[in-house]
Amino acid sequence: MSRRPELLIPIVFEAGNTSLRKVANWRSNRPVIERRLCTNCLICWIYCPEPAIYMDNAGNVQIDYDHCKGCGICAEECPRKAIKMVMENV
Amino acid sequence: MQVSKLLDLYGREGLSPGHSACQGCGATIAVRQVLLAAEPPYIVVSPTGCLEVISTPYPYTAWRVPWVHVAFENAAAVASGIEAALRVLERKGLGRRHKIIVIGGDGGTFDIGLQAISGAFERGHDLLYVCYDNEAYMNTGIQRSAATPIGSVTTTTPAGKRERKKDIVSILVSHGSPYVATASPHLWKDLANKVRKAQSIEGPTFLHIVAPCPRGWYYDSSLTIKIAKLAVETRVFPIYEVENGKYRINYLISRPRPVEEYLRLQSRFAYLLRPENAALLEEFKRWVEERWNQLLKLAAAFPP
Repeated sequence: MSRRPELLIPIVFEAGNTSLRKVANWRSNRPVIERRLCTNCLICWIYCPEPAIYMDNAGNVQIDYDHCKGCGICAEECPRKAIKMVMENV
Repeated sequence: MQVSKLLDLYGREGLSPGHSACQGCGATIAVRQVLLAAEPPYIVVSPTGCLEVISTPYPYTAWRVPWVHVAFENAAAVASGIEAALRVLERKGLGRRHKIIVIGGDGGTFDIGLQAISGAFERGHDLLYVCYDNEAYMNTGIQRSAATPIGSVTTTTPAGKRERKKDIVSILVSHGSPYVATASPHLWKDLANKVRKAQSIEGPTFLHIVAPCPRGWYYDSSLTIKIAKLAVETRVFPIYEVENGKYRINYLISRPRPVEEYLRLQSRFAYLLRPENAALLEEFKRWVEERWNQLLKLAAAFPP
């Protein structure tokens, strides 16, 4: 993020820069995709409040663990039950 | 263009991750889906509310699209001003029209912002007003609003609210709006197509979206979509649209699930479900039934 320290007035320099914040420490359970069952239907993505789910270059659905807050909607709504919530190891 | 599959929406994100919404926030799901479906270029106007607080924690912003935050009561008035200014700029050849989307919560729509909305709809500005309805003032700590249903416990109605929910859709239909609709985030295709349709119609349009709130409705954060689905399937939140005064039910529930199924998942209705409050529960059921029957009659009055 480009921030000029000499400016004292509050200015946001980039659009959508909350993506620089890491909210992973909000989470107590992490969603894990079971590749064998996942069909990349993107249902988890449309129901994710963040969105912390994206498609990689190969077209596979991935979870962005920096921004996932661990709400569990994806695991609840996955039509093939391919997402499991696993307790975080701290 | 109609939305038929999720890939039609993928990659059009208007909201960035990393905002400070609670886990399982229903409002962000609704807003995300609206922005995914909206046709650019557009400008978003937001009154104060959960959405404003969660999307802009200083010095960050979650918005990737032009966004204006204004006071609680005047979002519709500011949106009218932007729309009128852009119309003039276009006429003078100095700019182009943008679509205006106002995204407000139920407090800024049902209570505080109502007169500004009434004014904007009466003047007939070309804007889309989206209300994500989490049925209380969640941002300030779950106070009752006009959108809170009967029997719901909030911090200002500790024994359950006694009054019915305000019927905002009828209010806006009677303003002569060309398009007023309700939607739920679990029916994403229906929601996306309603946003597209509302944007393509000239004039003030309104979209009322149910947005379950895990913090204020007291349920587990993973159940947000399930509760939105139950709200629709128990007829508590009917999905319908009103086009030029013609009612149409988009999601006809012929065999509704029992209302208790919806109520039992949420601790805000724990008081309503106590045996000594059976009369209040009856009143809740009567409210649901009366509204559905009224809708059926209105829809039957306008055959397709």
